[in-house]
This record gives sequence, C-alpha cells and structure tokens, in this order.
Amino acid sequence: MKQGVWHRLDIIARSLSPLAITLLLIMVGMVPLQIPKIAPVIPSVALIAVYYWAVHRPNLMTVWAIFLIGLFQDLLSGGHLGVGIMALLMVHVVIDTQRRIFARSSFQALWVLFAIVAAAALYLMWLLNCLLQGVFLEVQPVLFQYLTTVAAYPCLAWLFAQAQKAFLK
Amino acid sequence: MNRRAGSVMRLATPVKAWTQRFALLFLAGVAVALMLLDKADSVVVERARSAVADAVAPILDAASRPVATFNEMVEQGGQLVSVAAENAELREQNERLRHWETVARRLEAENEALRSTLKLVPDPTLHYVTARVIADQGGAFVRSVLLSAGAREGVERGQAALTGDGLAGRVAEVGNGTSRVLLLTDMNSRIPILVGDAQDRAMLVGDNTAEPHLQYLEPRVEVKPGDRVMTSGHGGVFPPGLPVGRVTSVDEEGIRVRPFVDWGHMQYLRLVDFELPGILRSFDGSESPGNGR
Repeated sequence: MKQGVWHRLDIIARSLSPLAITLLLIMVGMVPLQIPKIAPVIPSVALIAVYYWAVHRPNLMTVWAIFLIGLFQDLLSGGHLGVGIMALLMVHVVIDTQRRIFARSSFQALWVLFAIVAAAALYLMWLLNCLLQGVFLEVQPVLFQYLTTVAAYPCLAWLFAQAQKAFLK
Repeated sequence: MNRRAGSVMRLATPVKAWTQRFALLFLAGVAVALMLLDKADSVVVERARSAVADAVAPILDAASRPVATFNEMVEQGGQLVSVAAENAELREQNERLRHWETVARRLEAENEALRSTLKLVPDPTLHYVTARVIADQGGAFVRSVLLSAGAREGVERGQAALTGDGLAGRVAEVGNGTSRVLLLTDMNSRIPILVGDAQDRAMLVGDNTAEPHLQYLEPRVEVKPGDRVMTSGHGGVFPPGLPVGRVTSVDEEGIRVRPFVDWGHMQYLRLVDFELPGILRSFDGSESPGNGR
C-alpha cells in the first residue's frame, strides 16, 4: 500500500515536469544577460515550450497548465495581463484541432509548423497589445522576437526531448 | 464487467472532450476578463504582480549573480588589452576635467552667493536606495526591469531610477522585496522634461523603440540634434535637472531623444527618494513668520 502511494506521487511529479520545466525556463529567460539590445528580442520560451509539449505530450500540457504558464509570464514580465494567455491558448487550439498533421510530422516539418504557429501567436499578441494600448505599435521589435524564437526552437526542443527521455520515458 | 467498462468508456470520451472544450472557453473568458481588469489599473492586478515578483525574486537574484560576475570578468579581460591606450585618453580627459572643476567651483560659489541674496528655498535633500537589476527580459511589448529592493528598503511608487549616466525610468510597482521600474523607452512612460539651452518644457514619451520622442512642445520652439534633455521636476515626482538624453533627430515625424543610459550595462539602479520642499515645513519654523513681520 505504501509503495502504491509513493508510486502515485512519483507519477504525479513526473507528469508535472513539463509545467515545472517551462516555468523555470521562463524565469531563466528573464535573468539580465548584460548584452546590449537583447532584452526586447529574447526568444519567447513559453511559446516554444507550450508548442513542444502540446505536440508531444498533450495530456501533460492541459489548458489549465497553459493558462498558468501564460498568467505567470504576463505577471512577471510586466506586460498586459491576459495577452500571453490568449496567445498560448491559441497555440493549444491550433495543435488540438490539427492533431493529425502534427502527430505525423518529422522534426523539420514540426519546426516549419512552429514558424507558422509562432507567427500567428505573436501577431495575436501584437494585435491585442495595440487594442489595449489604443495605438499602432512598432512591428520591428515583434519581428525580431519572432526570428529569435523560431531560431531558438531546435535548441529548446532538443532540451525538452532530453527531459522527456529522463522523466517521462 | 468488461462490457460495462466499455460502455463507461464510450460515455466518458465525449464527456471528457466536452469538459475540455468548456475549460478552454472558460479560461479564454478569464483571460479577457484579466485584460479588462488590467486595463482598468486594478489594485488587485498590481498586488498579484508584486506577489509573483516577490516569490520568484530569490531564484532570479541567485541566477543573476553568476551572469553578472561572468560579464565583469569578460569585461576586465577586455580592459587589460586596451589599458595603455585608455590610460593616455584618461590623462587627457583628466586635464580637461580639472579645468571644468575650477569652473564648477567658481560657479558654485557664485550660485551660493546669489541664492543667499535671493533667500531661495533650498532644494530638498535626496536619499538614494541602490538596488540590483534581477530581471530585464520582458519581450517585445514591454520595457521594464525588476529590482531587488522594495517597500522594505523604502522604495516608493514614482521614484526616479538612475544609473551613473542618467535617468533610466521610474518605479511603477512596489512589492515587499522587489520593485518594477518602467524604463524611459516603454510605451507607457511619460516624463516631463526640459530641452536645450532655452530649457523649453515638453513631455518625453516612450514608444517601445530605443529612442523615445518629445510631445507637447510649443510650436515655435526650436530644437536641434545634440540638444541636452533633462527632467523638469514638474509634477513634483522627479527632482529637476536629472540628465535624460540628447536629441538625435528632428523631422516631420517628430523629435527623437537617445537616453544617456547604457541599457546593456545596467546592473544597478539608484532610486531617488525626492521629498518636495515642504511648503508647510518652511513656514512652521520660527524664523519665517519672524522674517515676514
């Protein structure tokens, strides 16, 4: 019986690892690197993480976890609250409705699909920020952040794959 | 038994799908509600932000230390290479600064004399709180940094945040042990300033680009690239005369200002506790009424 409890706790801890890793990476991504002009174009870790886990382990990246990640990021980054949440939920909807395409794709194809999904997500964030601010915001910083995010995808995807092997078998 | 489990499964799958869809709609609704709540400048949102910042501050603080140390080492290595050239340059600069020092001392004495003849109310004393930057990457839509000092250390909303070079921003949120500084370049930043030798009043407005622009400048005022911009102290939040930046371009699109602050090397910020010269304080003393009569 006792072993059963521990076993169950172990399973819960393991299934929480995608969420924990994502929250940790969001924090790491905010550490000042003292590199000029990097702050505005730092890759969006949350976007990559939610995309990766929603494709590979959708049962571990539930809408509740996604909401929590979005809320955490919005609160910590000081941006408009709710904007990040909406973008991440949109990523979830896209992957959930087009699951057949995503499930059969190779790594390269997933990267290309990520580029499309990320573009849509950042466009939505830009649009919502414009609406909430009541002005047209510069597109350039968003474009740069988009490029760095797409470029960072393979690196972080590899990291998540290692985590998946280690914790989730 | 098997059959029953099968029928439960058949029923459970659509129910599960339905609850998931409901959860998605519910959470999207919550997100929209949060947007509206945030837009209305709710205290709850601010408290939540400070609480999250306070909670993760120890982690961010610990993580930012090795990065800062590493950067310092790299910088020191780079300095060793150019030390001779830098030395010569510094000597020359030193000569020039000595000249300026004498000028400044003379002006200070003159100022003092003029002030005493005018019976000017003295500027308030400034208190500084120095804090480390523990988080700075907010993404493409926000320009703010998180500091490792909060209400506990005496930080208050609206205080000016400075580096050695000039004004960096103002304190927007204060937690217990953390505070958020909205940088000059953020689209929500509005700072009353004076521009040029004529000291014309204007507002420095951020727009998420590296160079904020000037607004509400009087139409006939002439501003040219290279003009210095400093805080005006209007509104009573900032001390007057803090260096802000230099005008870089003047055209139909507007007047752009490049801040003096080196955003890449912003490890510490000094927060200025500026107490307005208390009008009450200067009149409740014994000398003022006596002088008046």
